[in-house]
Amino acid sequence: MRYFTSEFLIERNKDRCINCGVCARQCSNEAHYIDLDTGEVKSDETKCVDCQRCVCLCPTNALMIIKNPNQTRDNANWSQQAIREVEMQASTGGILLSGMGTPKEYPVYWDKILLNASQVTNPSIDPLREPMETKTYLGAKPTQLEFDEEGNILTKLPPTVELDTPLMMSAMSFGSISLNAQKSLAMAAKECNTFFNTGEGGLHKELDQYADHAIVQVASGRFGVSKDYLNKGQIIEIKIGQGAKPGIGGHLPGEKVNVEVSQTRMIPEHSDAISPAPHHDIYSIEDLRQLIFSLKEVTRYKKPVAVKIAAVHNIAAIASGSVRAGADIIVIDGFRGGSGSTPTRLRDNVGIPIELALAAVDQRLRDESIRQNCSIVIAGSVRNSADVVKAIALGADACYIGSSALIAMGCHMCRTCMTGKCNWGIATQNPELTRRLNPEIQYKRVVNLLHAWNHEIQEMMGGMGINAIESLRGNRLMLRGIGLSEKELEILGIKHAGE
Amino acid sequence: MKVIDAKETYFKTLNDMVFDALETEDEVIIANVGGQRYIGTGMDAGKSIIVQGTPGNDMACYMNGGRITVKGNGQDAVGNTMNGGEIVIYGHSGDTVGYGMRDGRIFVQTNVGCRGGIHMKEFENCRPKIVIGGRAGAYLGEYMAGGVILLLGLNLKEGREVIGHYCATGMHGGVIYIRGEYSDDRISPGVAVLEPNEDDMKEISDLVRDYCKYFGSDYHEIMNERFTKLAPTSARPYKNLYARNEAFPLS
Repeated sequence: MRYFTSEFLIERNKDRCINCGVCARQCSNEAHYIDLDTGEVKSDETKCVDCQRCVCLCPTNALMIIKNPNQTRDNANWSQQAIREVEMQASTGGILLSGMGTPKEYPVYWDKILLNASQVTNPSIDPLREPMETKTYLGAKPTQLEFDEEGNILTKLPPTVELDTPLMMSAMSFGSISLNAQKSLAMAAKECNTFFNTGEGGLHKELDQYADHAIVQVASGRFGVSKDYLNKGQIIEIKIGQGAKPGIGGHLPGEKVNVEVSQTRMIPEHSDAISPAPHHDIYSIEDLRQLIFSLKEVTRYKKPVAVKIAAVHNIAAIASGSVRAGADIIVIDGFRGGSGSTPTRLRDNVGIPIELALAAVDQRLRDESIRQNCSIVIAGSVRNSADVVKAIALGADACYIGSSALIAMGCHMCRTCMTGKCNWGIATQNPELTRRLNPEIQYKRVVNLLHAWNHEIQEMMGGMGINAIESLRGNRLMLRGIGLSEKELEILGIKHAGE
Repeated sequence: MKVIDAKETYFKTLNDMVFDALETEDEVIIANVGGQRYIGTGMDAGKSIIVQGTPGNDMACYMNGGRITVKGNGQDAVGNTMNGGEIVIYGHSGDTVGYGMRDGRIFVQTNVGCRGGIHMKEFENCRPKIVIGGRAGAYLGEYMAGGVILLLGLNLKEGREVIGHYCATGMHGGVIYIRGEYSDDRISPGVAVLEPNEDDMKEISDLVRDYCKYFGSDYHEIMNERFTKLAPTSARPYKNLYARNEAFPLS
């Protein structure tokens, strides 16, 4: 027997519905179907995941997905979701899997931080008419420079990369997302002179042309990792952890490993692609150094090496160790970060917010006088340009965006990426679905998003009287907390509003 | 051919010298090697390095082709993420030999440490092979997704097992051939212990022949012993571990 009912109801306005069947053709979950006896389009809400595809494509606006008003008895402790999860596990004995970042109501510190603006003194700057620099360089910076008599730099400079905007696309592998989705991100990165990240799925041959804008990832499964791959990328990122699932590895189910994914990851078709939880050659900071330098060796010290770690309790010490191990870039992924598939319990309970982690890491590296030895990139739910400005003022050099970029391409955050049935053609390898996502159209939407955010960043900087993002970096005086405790303010290194 | 003296040379300096030498030479002999890491990193086909002494960790990582001969013992992570070529070690080797190896061959004359062949994988025409003359530490072939490990168990000391504990844990591809007897409880439950078939025996025999060629052992003596084959029971070992939370089927 069934122990619970559907989460959503599909409301079809019969006056508007013209039985065209678009919804039935669009829904990979088969929540809509055509009744062969009557020719009428009908719905089976038990299959609906609320991805909004049918709603958006219905030519007569006849559809609405609403929360099922059928509820268990109100209980602040035993929410309906909590009850459902127990029932699901009683039915299957399985570990619960979820998609995207945690939907739980944890504090979002971005929303408890306010920005400053100039009044009277240190006048604000109008970015529409005055130069406003958002160019960012990632990589280790020299502590001092030596010049010869002609003024040429004698100091051997560490490798750095240049971005026009402090925004990059998060790691999303081909496998977890479709090639069309990854291609859109790559095209957008190229147009905006920034970077996309291959994730741990290798670089598809069709994306070779965007290699100048690629960050290539090395994770514990070493999928697609070879000398050629490492040398094609501009930054090499070692993935130690992911904010959505700190402490565990990845697992691309065999059904998503089609010919193309198999070729790019260099693994057999239909075999599970298992990334072990640890890198089995890294059990210490010294071992991390070993991997960092093996990557530097194979790329002849020409590329910055990034280390991506999930924001966990001892993040500051771990980041410090990683910098000392030779990382040129530290990537911190906060616990609200997204994922194509993550055990629900980990997603909802493990890790710490990115804002606190970032502030702690930046402060620690400054205290130890090693901040200049690396750049800090953050990820784990950057939702808009204000989040970016706050992150940079807290000490970040750049931000990764993942979910925001997917939303730009049509994602409606239904959180069912792990089914491989994404109706928007993003988190799927089904050719019927992936062809719905046209990179030529979607990349422009990602470009629009980046341009819009960059303009907004300039507006906010201008308002503070700052004309270069370098002057905003780590400038915590531009931030004030609202409704935060003494301890939270102390960790964030900011004053309370009114102070 | 060029000879490089590695005595008291920092790893980076040594590897720069080797890298430069291989630009013009096909063969480089590195003498007095004493723990320098990353020797032969990303080496390409047609090149050869002879290491005299003890190379450091991550020797031959990302190796693409060619040959590295070690007249001494290897340390940890020999052939890490190796893509092709051949490594022959006249001695033993440390942990994680052939980590994530995708193609090529590694021959170790005697023993290897823990997690040998971890996450080896095969792909299209690539089929990596590791031949170990002695015994292997724990977790041999962990997460193994393809390729071949042949474990010969030669010259075992009295009371020593040819394999360590948790052999083939999480194995979901490839094969491990083991010569001689061992305790069943050392093999992961997700793996089938099989009799090698004709094709398997041909593969074993070819590898043993090459092992004997390199290390001068007696082919017939090695082959005159029972071999068993470990193979995964599923390419999807964790398929039934999960339930989809937000998209749970109601019917």
